[in-house]
Amino acid sequence: MKKVAGFFKWIGRDIKEIGVTFKEGDWKTKVSFLIMGFGPLMRKCFLRGIGLLAIEILYIWYMVGFGAQYLAKLTTLGTEATYMDLTTFVTVYGDNSFLILLWGLLSVLFTLFFLLIWRVNVRENRNEELRAKEGKAVPTAREDLHQMLDSKFHVTMLALPTLGIFVFMILPILFMICVAFTNYDYNHQPPGKLFTWVGFENFRNLLSFGSDGFGSTFFRVLGWTLIWAFFATFLNYFLGMGVAILINKKGIKFKKMWRTILVMTIAIPQFVSLLYVSKLFANDGLINSYLMKWGVISEYIPFWTNPTLARITIIIINCWVGIPYLMLISTGILMNIPSDLYESAKIDGANGWQMFRKITLPYMLFVTGPYLLTSFTGNINNFNIIYLLSGGGPQSMNLAGSAGSTDLLVTWLYKMTVNETNYAMAAVIGIMVFVVMAVTSLVAYGLLPSVRDEEGFQ
Amino acid sequence: MAKKEKIHKQHRALSNAIAYAVLILISIIWLIPFVCIVLQSFRSYITEFGGMVGYLLPKEFSLDSYKWLFSDESQFFRWYGNTLIIAAFISIGQTCMVLMVSYSLSRLRFKLRAVWMRVCLILGMFPGFLTMICLYFLLKQVGLTQAGAIPGLVLIGVASSGMGYYVCKGFMDTIPKTLDEAARIDGASRARIFFTQIIPLSKPIIIYTALTAFMAPWCDYIFASYVAFGYSDSYNVAVALYRWVKTNDYQGYFTRFCAGGVLIAVPITILFMCLQKYYVEGVTGGAVKG
Repeated sequence: MKKVAGFFKWIGRDIKEIGVTFKEGDWKTKVSFLIMGFGPLMRKCFLRGIGLLAIEILYIWYMVGFGAQYLAKLTTLGTEATYMDLTTFVTVYGDNSFLILLWGLLSVLFTLFFLLIWRVNVRENRNEELRAKEGKAVPTAREDLHQMLDSKFHVTMLALPTLGIFVFMILPILFMICVAFTNYDYNHQPPGKLFTWVGFENFRNLLSFGSDGFGSTFFRVLGWTLIWAFFATFLNYFLGMGVAILINKKGIKFKKMWRTILVMTIAIPQFVSLLYVSKLFANDGLINSYLMKWGVISEYIPFWTNPTLARITIIIINCWVGIPYLMLISTGILMNIPSDLYESAKIDGANGWQMFRKITLPYMLFVTGPYLLTSFTGNINNFNIIYLLSGGGPQSMNLAGSAGSTDLLVTWLYKMTVNETNYAMAAVIGIMVFVVMAVTSLVAYGLLPSVRDEEGFQ
Repeated sequence: MAKKEKIHKQHRALSNAIAYAVLILISIIWLIPFVCIVLQSFRSYITEFGGMVGYLLPKEFSLDSYKWLFSDESQFFRWYGNTLIIAAFISIGQTCMVLMVSYSLSRLRFKLRAVWMRVCLILGMFPGFLTMICLYFLLKQVGLTQAGAIPGLVLIGVASSGMGYYVCKGFMDTIPKTLDEAARIDGASRARIFFTQIIPLSKPIIIYTALTAFMAPWCDYIFASYVAFGYSDSYNVAVALYRWVKTNDYQGYFTRFCAGGVLIAVPITILFMCLQKYYVEGVTGGAVKG
């Protein structure tokens, strides 16, 4: 609440400052309100003046030539579909909802950006006037350029990464969030069929348990996602720690060799090893054929075709993938535990298990708390393992939207996009993943002492 | 006393023996898939059928699958080259991006710093595949799909990679700030400090970043297959091999898949083993600092 009030106060102050700038400013400043960069140019501050003017010209050029037409249709997402005139066989081009949404969104963002730059332009004029009043000279272009390498170095450094994140991350995510509120699915593929805004209908659909709702599927997939993330994180964590302790054990030789063998599996591209392992466990795979040959079993074990068995197999194979990482991480930390702690415990007559529970485990948990959180959220989004091993299968008649028994939310999202081309639903699932991640992180932040205290263990 | 020590010794020998047994078992489990891949890649395609069979050891040793990969019939080396190019460029680009972001966030203090970091954190919570169709469309607009898929994939791989700054920033946070301050007093600019001081000191983490960035494209199947859709000249190895195993006639391509897998895995494994030290440092440091 305080933050909201502070925000409005800040806006109020800002508007007041703009007014003061206009009232007290000379004619150069006043013209600058319309023609950006006019003031700096007149005061011989060319670099800044040209920059501001160029941004204004570019913005107007973009909006007039390209952006405005899409912006105007943003409320309806287009009314005229592209069709072929059946009497003349000429294609009549109409609107394209996809383009309207994407470029309209871009225009909105550009406009916001332009307003920001306009504000910078006003402040620039104000600063220059104040400097002139104090009798100081305006900064030269040379000084400006030097600043970009020194006191404003962060602008130079972050310009390219920010641009990249903006175009290839923020714009697509905002676009997909918008899509979640439209009916962009198999039956509404532009340009032939347009899609339009439907409000919260997709969300209602996802959470409804009716015959054509996705409710039961969604909660089953969500449940398995959480179960999977839990086991994948903690099983790997404790087993990896165990292996690390085993290798660190006094009197074990060739420590480096054991570690290297495990680490090697990280190096080999996952799609080679996991695709191979998935074939290894197939019904006609090596494991089943050898077990049958040796007479251990008479019929093949349905590793991938039985839902429960498939889930267990995936969790176990994931240990094979994850233990080497955890082994590396815990080895480093285990070596940092002060050895006098163990010595004094030994003198007090503690056995190995007690020492593990009272010294090793608390230390590990404290130091790796943040890692556990990122690993848990990473596993919620662990696409590769599921996709390469089981492909989300086995399919089930009880699940909607071509979901399978081992599908996580992300793999289901992928199937929604590629198999079902139900983009609106995919977007809704994506937002749900975000909600799950955000809730998990918030809960974990409350639980972990070491996360809050960023400097505490550096 | 002597008796007690003897018992103690026996006890230790026993527990060590168990530990060795467990370690050997673990090693076998971890190595078996690779041994199997290598063995099956040497199975003859002609006399023994290239699909999946119920036995492991090939009846006769043959290089058929490798010969086929090297022959004109397969485009394997074109795909291999594609992946190598993608991996090299992404590795360079991503390292630059990550370095720029990490230095700014670790060393420079500016107004929007906290906001920038929070936005990255929030963006990171959205699943990557959510944006796939939008990214595909953006690439298509500038002609970077199908025939232009390789620069397109590089662009996507590099563009938003600044978000993965956590490990690198964590490392830079441990470089003492007094070094910077001393250089500032001597009149060095921020840019100079970055190029002459921070970059040389960050060598281990630079190698770690470059190595992980180099290894990722070898596994990129989903987006690569989407971008290169139907245009086989632009495939990378992951797309190609995945098609060999998952399409209907994988039975005939199984040994070829194994051979291809070996050819991919061996160079990467060697590279990885050479730089293992840096990798371990990066993983451990990243986990501790979160």
